Order: sequence, then structure tokens, then C-alpha cells
Amino acid sequence: MALLRLLPANLNIPFMRGRLYSSVFSALLVAGSIIFWLIVGLNTGIDFRGGFVIEVKTLEGAANVEELREELGDLNLGDISLQEFGSEREVLIRVQSQDEGMATDLSDANKQAIQLVQEQIADRYEIRRTEFVGAVVGDELRRNAFYAVIAALGSIMIYIWFRFEWPFAISAILALAHDIITTIGLFSLTGIEFNLATVAALLTIAGYSINDTVVIFDRIRDNLKKYKSWDNDTIINTSLSQTISRTLMTSITTLIALLAIYFFGGAVLGGFALAMIWGVLIGTYSSIYVASTILSRFDLRPSDDDDMLPTHERNDPKS
Amino acid sequence: MIRLSTWFYNLTILVVVIAASVAVSTVVLRDDDGGGIGVNLGLDLQGGSYLLLEVDMDSVVQERMDNLGETIRISMRNSRIGISNLSVNSDRLSFQLRDELQFIEARDILNGLIAPEMRVTISENTLSVAFDESGLSQLTTMTVGQAIEIVRARVDETGTKEPVIQRQGNNRILLQLPGVDDPEQVKSLLGKTAKLGFQLVDISASAESVKASGRVPPGSELLPSRDNPDEHYLLNKRVMVSGEMLEDARPSFDGQTNEAVVSFTLNSTGAERFGRVTGQNIGRPFAIVLDNEVISAPVIRSQIFANGQISGGFSVDETNELSLLLRSGALPAPLLVVEERSVGPGLGSDSVRAGQVASIVGLAGVALFMISSYGMIGCLAVIAVFINMLLLYGQLSILGATLTLPGIAGIVLTIGMAVDANIIIFERIKEELRAGRKLATAFKTGFNQATGTIIDANLTTLAAALFLYFLGSGPVKGFSVTISVGVISSMFSTIIVMRVLLAIWINTIKPESILISKQDIGAN
Repeated sequence: MALLRLLPANLNIPFMRGRLYSSVFSALLVAGSIIFWLIVGLNTGIDFRGGFVIEVKTLEGAANVEELREELGDLNLGDISLQEFGSEREVLIRVQSQDEGMATDLSDANKQAIQLVQEQIADRYEIRRTEFVGAVVGDELRRNAFYAVIAALGSIMIYIWFRFEWPFAISAILALAHDIITTIGLFSLTGIEFNLATVAALLTIAGYSINDTVVIFDRIRDNLKKYKSWDNDTIINTSLSQTISRTLMTSITTLIALLAIYFFGGAVLGGFALAMIWGVLIGTYSSIYVASTILSRFDLRPSDDDDMLPTHERNDPKS
Repeated sequence: MIRLSTWFYNLTILVVVIAASVAVSTVVLRDDDGGGIGVNLGLDLQGGSYLLLEVDMDSVVQERMDNLGETIRISMRNSRIGISNLSVNSDRLSFQLRDELQFIEARDILNGLIAPEMRVTISENTLSVAFDESGLSQLTTMTVGQAIEIVRARVDETGTKEPVIQRQGNNRILLQLPGVDDPEQVKSLLGKTAKLGFQLVDISASAESVKASGRVPPGSELLPSRDNPDEHYLLNKRVMVSGEMLEDARPSFDGQTNEAVVSFTLNSTGAERFGRVTGQNIGRPFAIVLDNEVISAPVIRSQIFANGQISGGFSVDETNELSLLLRSGALPAPLLVVEERSVGPGLGSDSVRAGQVASIVGLAGVALFMISSYGMIGCLAVIAVFINMLLLYGQLSILGATLTLPGIAGIVLTIGMAVDANIIIFERIKEELRAGRKLATAFKTGFNQATGTIIDANLTTLAAALFLYFLGSGPVKGFSVTISVGVISSMFSTIIVMRVLLAIWINTIKPESILISKQDIGAN
């Protein structure tokens, strides 16, 4: 049986030759993401901002979003945004919370607003989903999301710190930051809703990206022990070449799964899947280029080799 | 020939068989209405409502302080202590003494009146009272506990199947109503505290003149009518008979007018009090007050004991609701809806279908790719993925986990990421073979070297997923659960199950080589 072969066996790609270009590319990407994030901001969903969302589906035929926009605009409910959601028959209606600033509960104004919208469209649309988040709960969710991200990143860092020598740890963490920041940048640039599911995606991306980096770094560490006379670039190029097949295979299978979610999993999961797809792509790139490029700048063989290794590996007969 | 110890084989097979039988039995044994053991569908998949209610403690504290103020006013007057500027400012009550010499006497009286969880602070001739911190948290705990009971009683009355009602955080109640996609009825039931009281009408002054002058006689209060908010009644503040004394309340019809009314029965304490008050006040109007609104104020015609009826121009629906509210008892505090998520059954079943399609397409895509890349060994990896799915489902069933749409995404993602461990092992074995090692040696070294890497790589994902769990909200929690469980079972299914599968396969087929073609051997 002829097997699909992505790459020939025994290759040795001089990855580090492209390091100048990749450094410029990554620097621009990160800077652009931060600038976008600061200037444009994120299109936070009601999870973090408060307000309500109504998902409707036409009883028959395609939805007329423009007509709906005008009709609902006439209700004087303030900031309303409409968006086709999943198919041409479904529309997502987002309405800002009705009490100025502090809509902490489903007060009369909010209730009336939801009812007004529902009544206005009841003859042509079926209500599929209603969500209301009060401003206080929104604040709490935002704070919790922030803590969850910090705690998860922190614990990953601590783990990496214990597991690897410090040049590896710093490189892995910077690569991780690169992935997280550019994913946030993507959301800022595209204006895709940033909500709880997006935070879930961010944390999963963090896990995935570190996973990829760990596999490569493990190999680099092995090769450092095996080939004592090689310089950094040779070691890194060899290690990347040895792991590239695995890196690509894993990215592809994960992408297959994500594309299945993106195309068939329904509109609710769309933003999540998109964030993850980006995360897998950028995570794969950053393990090869960002993490390894930074690593190549360190002195990986200080005078006394054994000082760099965790104690349990010092007496390894293989080395 | 690859040797694995017998216990290793047996243990692996045992675990897989157990997981498989749990997974199968939960599917087979499941009740028609979704009860019994096994994986539950989240509200986003089966349709239903999620409500987060906040117990309005501010209003409880305010009410307690208002009542305390009234008692202080009366006690001080009885002890001939002059006070002024008695006021309640949200959670703090304060007043001043006209005569500083009465300070000690006033303080002693005050200490006798306040609840144990309150504290008195004194500055010059001003005395103030507030709850201390632990007292307030006790009050909150108690109030939320009572509110949960009442909420449960009211929700049960609506006939909702398997509602989930639980305390969340300090002063919140989480309410999950499967199958209820329009929670308006429940919200309207929970939106009323349903505090019922019978109070005598103050006939010493007319409500109109009091309203015009703004001077309410001490011990009385001005309350609006339920039918017409502009119409007011002047009532004695003292509640003669309250809702807690009700034994039962049912919707019925008045025998003469055929009007929809609520008939009630009082318990013995209530009946005795009701008899005494009505006996002494024949000819005087007696107001029925619900949530600070006067429903009606009929004139007492004769002495009444245990049974009575409430009329007030109700519709039949209103008497149904009112009697339900009265039966379940009054809420100790108003409840505010701070978060609501409702999913209709249409979207729920669409999501289930979408989840199924995404899973099948994802699984098929990954399987196809693995088989076309690794051939027969790829097939083994696909078998390992299936076993992984069984393990995953078995664990979710044992945990009684709730499956949400993001949870399904987690499973699909697990399929994609779980083969990673297989790939790491295969690539390692390939390398060993290319370096000219024998199959058995390559097998052993490949697994041994890959195991450390696999555990490392998965632990980081697990850490991220665990923190996600504490982030809250149901659907995202579902994602965290499936990813965490998926990571654990995929480590098992690759490191252990795959080793057994591959060993069995190599021992049975006895191939000359695996994973690489012959000309690659020794090329390195």
C-alpha cells in the first residue's frame, strides 16, 4: 500500500536560516496585535459587557436583515446589532442593556425591551435562544476569565520552569505569549465576538502551543547531550528536522478536527473554532521559529555541562 | 517477538472491557425521559432555561432596620426618652438624644432591642446600629437558605421536571429548568415575594388628607391600591395575621357573585388571632395587603375564624397564581434575575445534530488521514482512538457529567489531539528502525522515549483545562470536563492500549518491518 508521505525521510532543513525573516514577521505581528488591541479594542460579547441576545429563525424563507434592522431601530432600544448567524434564515439580535450603565438585573426596562423585540417579530420568526447577562455578572465573568487565564499561564510557566533549564523556559514562555497576543490581535482585527468560549479557546491554544514546544525542546535537549561538539544552530536544525514530521502530522489531525467543528458544529461554535484554527497555525509556527530562534541566542552549553541539567539526569549513563 | 508481561495484557484488557461495558450500559439502560445514570445533556442541547437569581439582601437589611426603628421609637417614648433625627441610611440606623443625661438609660434599652448580630456604635449623643460582618453573613446564609426552599416549592408547583436549584456564591441561587424554553411563567412566579398580611384600616384620618399633608400618623402607613396606584389606604402598621399563618390556599369562586377568588385556611394560631381581631372590629374595614399593595379592604361583617376568601377583581389565572404563591410561602427577600440563558428545543436538537455531524466528520477525517499516512499501523491508531472514545464516554458516565455543545467540541478536539501521542510514538519507532535497530528494540525504545514526552505535553493541556473549569458558566465548563477527561484517557489509550495492540499485531502478523519501507533501513 502506498502511504501518504508529507516529507521525505532523513531530511535536514536549515530552519535557522530563515530566522531573520521570521523574527521581523513575528515582531510586526505582535506589535500590530497590541496596537489593534489598544486602539480598536475587542468586540466583547454580552458575557463580559452585559446586555441581551436573541437568536431567531424565520418561519420560512430567508431573513431580511435590513428590514429587521429598521423595524427594531424604530423601537428606540438604543444600540442594536443584527447579524446573520449560521444560515440565511437565522439572525442574531444583540441589544444593549436598557438601564443606563448599571443593568444588574432583568429589570422592567430590560424585560419590556425583550418583549418588544419578541412581539415585533413573532409573526415571522421563531425565537431560538434568549440570553441576558446583567452588568454585575458581566463584570464578574470578565474578572474570572482574566484570573483563569493568568492562573493557567502561570501554572504552565511554573511547570516549564521546573521541567527545563532557564533558557528553554524563557523561550517557551515568550513563544506562548506570542501566540496568545496574536490571537487576541486577530479578534481585535476581525471584530469577531470575544466571549467566554473565546477565552476557552485561548487557554486551549496555550496548552497546544506549549505541547508543541515541549516536544521540540525535549529533542533539542537530547541532541545537546548526544552531539557534544555541534553548535546551537546545527543542534536546533537537526532537532527541528527530526520532529517536523510529527509537528505537521499533529497540526493536520488537529486542524481536521477543528475544521469539522467549524463547518458542521453550528454557528455557536464558529468563533471558538476559528480562534483554535488560528491558534494551531500560529502555535506550530511559533514552536519552530519563535521558540527555537530565541533559544538559539542563548549559550546552551555553559562551561560545566552538568550544572544545567536537573539533578535526576546528571548520572544518566547515555550522556 | 515482543514480550509484554501477562498482567500488563490482562489489566489493560480489563480496563477497556469495564469502560466499554459502562459506556454501552449507560446507553442501553437509559430511561426514555433521560433519567437514570449516564451522561446528561446540557441545557444548550436539550433546550431549557438557566437563571441566576440574586437575593436582594439590601432590602432585607433595610426592612429589618425600618422595623427596628419603629420599635425604638415606641420603646423610647414609653420610657420617656426624647429622641430626634431617627433615620435609616441603607444598612445603618441612627438617632440622637434630646437629653444627654439619659444616655446610659437609652443605651441599655437599645441593647435590649437589637438582634445579637447587630452592633451599637456611639459618638457624642448619636447612637447608631448596624449589622456586624459575621452577623450579616449569617443573615445572608439564612435568608438564601429560606429563599431556596420557597423557590423549590414554587418551581415544583409549575411541574418542571428535574429542576436544579442550588446556592451559588454568597447570595445567589442557580436555577436550571430543563425543557422550559420560555421561563416567563417561572420568572413571574419568582418575581413576587408574596408577602401577605391582614391589617386594620386606620379610620382616625382619611387617606386623602394624609396624602395631601404628607403627615402619616405614627404607627400607621400609607399603601397604594393594587388596582389603582393613585388610590391609597391608610393602615395600621401592625400586621394582625400574616401569610405564615396560612395552612392552605386554593383558587375558587365566590358562591354568590361567581367571582374568581382565593379561599384560604389558617392554622390554629392564625385562626385564633383572626377570630379575636374580627370579633373586636365588626364594622371596620380590614385590608388584605400583598407585597405592600392593598388588594381589597372589605368591611368586617361577622367574626371569622379559620376560613376566608380573598377577592379583588381577579381573573381565574390570577387566582391560580396567587394561591400557588400563598401556598409556597413568602420569599424572605426579593429575587433579581442577574443572568438568564434560554435555549429553545429547535436550537437544542439542531445543536445535537451539528455535534453529531462534527464528531463523525472529524473522526472520519482523522481516521482517513492516519490510515493513509501509516497504513496498517494507522488502523491500529484508529482502533486506539475508538477505545479512547469508549474510555472517555465511560468516564463521563461515571462522573455523571453534563454534555454541552462546547463539550462536544472538546471531544472532537480530543480526537484530533489524541492521535498526537500515537504520532510521537510512531515517529520515534521509525527513527529507531531507520537507525538500523531490530523491530523489538525499536518498539521498546520508541515507547519508552515517547512516554516522557507524551506525559509532559499532556500535563500542560490538562493544567489549562482545569483552570477553565473554575471560569464558571455551564457550557464552557462542559468543554473543560471533556478536554480534561479526554487528555487523561488518551494518555492511557496510547501509552498502554496502543502498546498492547501493536505488540499483538506484530506477534501475530510477524512483519519484517513496520512504518518504513525496506530501503529506508539503515539509510541514516
